[in-house]
Amino acid sequence: MNLPTEKRTMLTIVTEAVIEQALLRDLDRLGARGHTVSDARGRGSRGVRDAAWDEAANIRIEVICPREQADALLRHLQARYYDNYAMIAFLAEIEVLRPEKF
Amino acid sequence: MPAIDPVILFFLFGLAAGLARSELKLPGSLYDSLTVFLLLAIGLKGGQGLAMQPLLPLLPQIGAVILLGAAQTLIAFAILRHAGRFARADAAATAAHYGSVSVATFAVGIAWLGARAIEVEPQMAILLAIMEVPAILVGIVLARGVSRETDWRSLGHEAFLGKGVTLLIGGMAIGWIAGPEGLAPIKAMFFDLFKGVLALFLLEMGLIVSRQIGELKRCGAFLIAFGLGMPLLSALLGLGTGILLGFSVGGLTLLATLAASASYIAVPAAMRLAVPEANPAISLAASLGVTFPFNILIGLPLYHWLAIQFAGAIV
Repeated sequence: MNLPTEKRTMLTIVTEAVIEQALLRDLDRLGARGHTVSDARGRGSRGVRDAAWDEAANIRIEVICPREQADALLRHLQARYYDNYAMIAFLAEIEVLRPEKF
Repeated sequence: MPAIDPVILFFLFGLAAGLARSELKLPGSLYDSLTVFLLLAIGLKGGQGLAMQPLLPLLPQIGAVILLGAAQTLIAFAILRHAGRFARADAAATAAHYGSVSVATFAVGIAWLGARAIEVEPQMAILLAIMEVPAILVGIVLARGVSRETDWRSLGHEAFLGKGVTLLIGGMAIGWIAGPEGLAPIKAMFFDLFKGVLALFLLEMGLIVSRQIGELKRCGAFLIAFGLGMPLLSALLGLGTGILLGFSVGGLTLLATLAASASYIAVPAAMRLAVPEANPAISLAASLGVTFPFNILIGLPLYHWLAIQFAGAIV
């Protein structure tokens, strides 16, 4: 059976927990209709971020939206946050049910 | 009186376990819960003391500690910028840490004085909450200037309604409204368990501090010297302020400890948002890796001794 799916883009951001509120405000302002935030741990060029306490905590934010919007969000992140914050962000093509939600 | 307080031994245990790369790890949510407990307990204790005295005489004291916090930030900035040749943003962010206060250090101070049955003015909890804030604002202005781009609304929100200030003020309000009799039913939880919770909290602090040691090696001798010298200078400023305000020996010791302490919760978060180009590793290595252990191991007894000398010199 073929599911009635449509293509969308998922933007994933892994970054410092301290900027969560600022980031979510930006996403909202740039028109993202929803997001999912989860706590995250890991290691990268900025060392181990093991979430043992506030300063070393990471979050992962996921946003599903049309490709153009994901591009715009990513451009904004690059301009505003990449220089000074521990952040990686990437896009993935995905298929969704209920496309009107995204 | 034991030679060394058991809560300090918990800290040293955490530090040793961390340095030995033990698997020991407390869950992050426990650390958060312990912080909430300590802040509320300190607030409640201060609040119930305030219920028994008029509030108006506190205004000049509040004004004095705001000036104290701002002055410490400016002095630390000048030292870091000129003697340490720090970049403007790094100097401003680190200075803000030293102008602000550490609740953990304050809690150890309360426990230390309590163990020796030394009386402390109840308003110290208010002064603790007040002193968190001015350094943040001064630090941002030092880094940025007063520029239009600064989002003062969200920074004000961060500075005045952060976890620390909110819990302290909330605890104080509850303690003030309920008074000592009203608090009697929850006394066992918040006052009697205080030292046990502090011990557990300091175990985690030891682990956190042990992670700063590597960073400290990278930062070099100047930062270590600053981390030891700045609290001494600040403690003297705090003692001077306390003398002007007519504090008791206990109050003098605690105000000196407050002044000497460097923030590692409220200020790092605010600076990360407001001055993102500052390297947070530098200020945390100094405030956590050097100043916090120095204050609780050596500083406290020293500030108490100085407080006795200062108070004795006036009488």
